[in-house]
Amino acid sequence: MSVLVYINSSTGIHKSANEAVTYAKKLGGSVTVITNGGCDAATLASLGKYGADKVLVDRSVNSNDDQQLTRMIATAADSVGATTVVFSHDLTAKAVAPRLSVRMKAGLISGAIDLPSGDGTTKVNVFSGKAFGAVKVNTSKKIISLLPNSIQPEATGSDCAVEDFNGNAGSTNVKVITTKKPEGEIPLPEAELVVSAGRGLKGPENWGIVEDLAKALGAATACSRPVADIGWRPHHEHVGQTGVAIRPNLYIAAGISGAIQHLAGVNGSKVIVVINTDPEAPFFKAADYGVVGDAFEVLPRLTEAVKKFKG
Amino acid sequence: MKILVCISKAPDTTSKIAFTEGNTKFDENGVQYIVNPYDEWYALVRALEIKEAQGGNVTIITVGTAADEAVIRKALAIGADDAVRIDADPKDAYYTAVQIAEYAKNNQFDLVLTGKETINYNGSQVGGMIAEALDAPFISVATKLDVNGSTMTLEREIAGGIEVVETGLPAVVSCAKGMAEQRIPNMRGIMAARTKPLQVVAPVSVEDMTSFVSYTMPNAKSACKMIDPSNMDELVELLHNEAKVI
Repeated sequence: MSVLVYINSSTGIHKSANEAVTYAKKLGGSVTVITNGGCDAATLASLGKYGADKVLVDRSVNSNDDQQLTRMIATAADSVGATTVVFSHDLTAKAVAPRLSVRMKAGLISGAIDLPSGDGTTKVNVFSGKAFGAVKVNTSKKIISLLPNSIQPEATGSDCAVEDFNGNAGSTNVKVITTKKPEGEIPLPEAELVVSAGRGLKGPENWGIVEDLAKALGAATACSRPVADIGWRPHHEHVGQTGVAIRPNLYIAAGISGAIQHLAGVNGSKVIVVINTDPEAPFFKAADYGVVGDAFEVLPRLTEAVKKFKG
Repeated sequence: MKILVCISKAPDTTSKIAFTEGNTKFDENGVQYIVNPYDEWYALVRALEIKEAQGGNVTIITVGTAADEAVIRKALAIGADDAVRIDADPKDAYYTAVQIAEYAKNNQFDLVLTGKETINYNGSQVGGMIAEALDAPFISVATKLDVNGSTMTLEREIAGGIEVVETGLPAVVSCAKGMAEQRIPNMRGIMAARTKPLQVVAPVSVEDMTSFVSYTMPNAKSACKMIDPSNMDELVELLHNEAKVI
């Protein structure tokens, strides 16, 4: 069996890329990575450690154009005889994997959270994280888009070969006018630790105590929907049913009551800590650890404790 | 300007999620269906704003059975001009996308809008699949959309930031938060929706590529361990030694 993995290396190799390659390796057979853009060969070669046999890179494609990327990946899949294509379920995958599915006549599994099981089905998140579905692919080829933080990357091998590749990507129909960099340092969907706060913080000027804790932990910051809606925090930080769905190792929520729509975005988290003045807040039912107390006192105290622990 | 807005039904966000028939089917008992929020709040409302500013026609399309007409009427009440129902019970995104692409191709739409995903299957698949079937550009997870003649300017999220792009028409766009504000239908809209044209179209023959075999619920959380608010050292210790997350 031959597995092809598409990696978005435009901002370097992230943990999610290593996860996708580890996943492909565990599917069995040979693993080829296809990527594009200007990432240097030494960085790309490091994907070998996670199980890639070689990396193909099309230096001529420098955009996020889904039509070009689809053609490029399809060409690579043909050239290595891939029967399975793996993506990390990020923004690029959401644009490109569905196109590739139609082009390759390959059934698409979106948001996989595990390896295929013995009966050939693959587990995915459905109902915004409130349930799991087992998906079967009816076509001979398949595409799996793996949700970040679903499996641990495993570095067992060594650097692999990196080869230039012509993916016949064709021309682009999308002209990029400008690109804006994000404000946060850690992309939220990939963050392993997340500190989040809601209306209980009373105003945007109080977010310093949230950011202090995030900084002490090396965590990303997030917020609840009302806070994003009234403009206290940017929309890309809003986690929940209509915002970003995340599954970090640790989710700390301060001043968020835990409405069902918010839980839908975070209940894939491995450990949830809830800090709230109201002992009846519904969020405590979904939490592993709870602190009934005022965020304005508890958060700075927790930050100090984390600093002390980290030395 | 002819705009086609793809809508899907979705269980109300407060619905209890449960399964029947040996966990192979979603339990619809007591479930209220709504228009999938991304389709309604962002795709449909933005389409209406564009039409109001520069004229044109907004058609909504769904692939569903007669039971889904209530959801179609809700979308018409918000202001769409007419509706199309492809008469089928879709099993996967591919089936749905092929039906919509076929209708869009035959009826020459300038712009096809979808929500960024549905809140029940969360696949983000249909928009990209329609675009590939139409061989049109696809701008996914767009947060802003302006039409200027035969081109569009859009903002969308990409890995590591936001990109402002320009593309020609026809095109397919999946819409996310930021693009428009939710509209509540008024009584006049609700009355008018009853008599707006709703065309029922027979599906084209196509095989599903994927199927959901069964569903499971997450394991129930064990009881929450309460920590004294004055003792954050204990919380850090538990997160390190017991939960092993820091």
